Amino acid sequence: MTSYLLRRLGTVLVTLVGASIVVFSVLNVLPGSPAAVILGQQATPRAVRQLTAQLGLDKPLWRQYLDWAAGLLHGRLGVSYVSHVAIGQEIGQALSVTGPLVGLAMLVGLAIALPVGVGGALRHGRPSGSLLGAVGQVGMAVPTVVGGLLLIVAFALRTHLFPSGGFPGWSDPLQALRSLVLPAVTLGVVEGAILSRYVRASVLEQLRSDYLRTARAQGLRMGQALRRHGLRNAAIPLVTVLGLELASLVVGAIVVENVFDLPGIGTLLLDAVDNRDLLTVQDIAMLVAATVLVLNAAVDISYRLIDPRTRGRS
Amino acid sequence: MTALSVRGLDVRFHGQALVTGVSFDVGAGERVGLIGESGSGKSLTALAIMGLLGDGLAAHGHVLLDGEDLLEAPERRLCQLRGDRIAMIFQEPATALNPTRRVGAQVVEALRTHRGLRHRDARRAAVELLERVELPDPARSARLYPHELSGGQRQRVVMAMAISCCPRVLLADEPTTALDATVQAKVIHLLDRLVDEQGCALVLITHDLAVVSQTCDRVVTMYGGHVVESGPSAAVLDAPRHPYTAGLVATAAAVTLDGPTPTGRLPSIPGSVPADGRFPSGCPFRDRCERAVPRCTEVPADRRDGERVVACWNPVPAGARAPAGEPGGERPAEPGPPGPGPTGQGGPR
Repeated sequence: MTSYLLRRLGTVLVTLVGASIVVFSVLNVLPGSPAAVILGQQATPRAVRQLTAQLGLDKPLWRQYLDWAAGLLHGRLGVSYVSHVAIGQEIGQALSVTGPLVGLAMLVGLAIALPVGVGGALRHGRPSGSLLGAVGQVGMAVPTVVGGLLLIVAFALRTHLFPSGGFPGWSDPLQALRSLVLPAVTLGVVEGAILSRYVRASVLEQLRSDYLRTARAQGLRMGQALRRHGLRNAAIPLVTVLGLELASLVVGAIVVENVFDLPGIGTLLLDAVDNRDLLTVQDIAMLVAATVLVLNAAVDISYRLIDPRTRGRS
Repeated sequence: MTALSVRGLDVRFHGQALVTGVSFDVGAGERVGLIGESGSGKSLTALAIMGLLGDGLAAHGHVLLDGEDLLEAPERRLCQLRGDRIAMIFQEPATALNPTRRVGAQVVEALRTHRGLRHRDARRAAVELLERVELPDPARSARLYPHELSGGQRQRVVMAMAISCCPRVLLADEPTTALDATVQAKVIHLLDRLVDEQGCALVLITHDLAVVSQTCDRVVTMYGGHVVESGPSAAVLDAPRHPYTAGLVATAAAVTLDGPTPTGRLPSIPGSVPADGRFPSGCPFRDRCERAVPRCTEVPADRRDGERVVACWNPVPAGARAPAGEPGGERPAEPGPPGPGPTGQGGPR
């Protein structure tokens, strides 16, 4: 297991280096100079050159890359060209919004997907099962933006149960959580609809498995057999999907943060793109890449914990 | 006394009959072999008896376990009986066990369900059970996962599960089909011993006629979802009366005893089981049968002769020896020996 962990960690590191090269290259082949954008249209060419030199953007590309990568390794993400605030600090603040948002959304998604999926599988072939499937379809078909706006109308504008947008900061945790509820539900409902289909398929496969029949031949009731034998096996494919979906939730968060005016990673990224704040964009892209890679590694490692057949194999 | 009585059992898949009017009895401690090709409805019959048919399959008729009709019993009652009074050994040991749970935990599932065994007792019982099925180092084996065992060992585990509560009736669905030939004999030997020790009734579903003749008191032949012949195994296998049983016996005898026919071919039953399960009306075997007569378009009535029953309009006459004993029977073109010769053989037409 230890050697496996080390190997897996090695893969993550190598992939991260690759990702950093790709991110850096893509953003640096874009035309236009950040200095010109920062200084505005009236800037003299001299001032632009000066600022470019000051930002270190006149060095050869490989040099810029190494400086940036070395900074990342030391935890120095640089200073924003635009706001002149340390990017690490900005990202940290944004994460304190997006992290809980994504986590809550996943909880909402699971809270919907597990009962709907398991129920749908148990009622397979019956009208009530088809109804549960249809509910899932509808949930998936509603675009996030529309769902979010509907929730705002229903719970913020009509009933004032939750704020329609904005974020008061974590100094008042209760208010902070309240402002995250609607965005998390918006993201979570769609997520729940998607996940419920995977849960249903996975549980259905278990229900048809030979060992579940063996368990029932021992006298276990359907529910007992499913709890003792089915769920762990059903979880194996679901863990993969969860990993992938968690990554896609981060992307979905960009839209939802916009709808609900939350100062999260999505908002930070969109602002940075608008302002040609290349360094911030680069850092966020790396952060997302690292998150996805770590999630994938976590998925692989959790396989080993869930499925004994994958242990002792490389 | 009858332990299991199957009366007029039908299994249908969305209205299509896959098993029709199957009836047979198994006395307490008796061993009955259920034989027939793949697709003849043997496994479906066993699953219907257990009440474990898959989606879309429905059973009708009567399955009496010590007089109690299982097909009318509510699911809750069936759960009390399954694993305790009636148990089943499955065909595929590779998939019959849960890959993510240790063997020891799985083998005592029935004991924990029906006897309420606690953790420590369960662990001890698991080791005892694994010891009874002759698994090497049972204490260690109990901690292994199924994929760490060989096929034969897994089947032993499945057998240990089935016998753990001393069931009245044990159904064994081709318990050796998925195993290596060298392991098959050992597993059958073990099954034989376990059934002996427990005194439970056995329904053994198999292709292997040699196993039937060694282990079973009576034999039931199925074809196309119907019981075509039944009776004491020695008598039936020695002198089969249904052309289909005769064909099975001839092919099996050629493989195990006589080798290829003088023409260099192994005898086989002409034709094959229809892939879509659509057997002809009347006698399901008539399109493959060499003794078919016009009347075979009608469903054959059961002919009784003492303990033997055959469902055929034109059975092999009583007293005819098994075809295996008569090499001459392998060449139907030649004038046969006096009296109608054994049938149901000959190469593919």
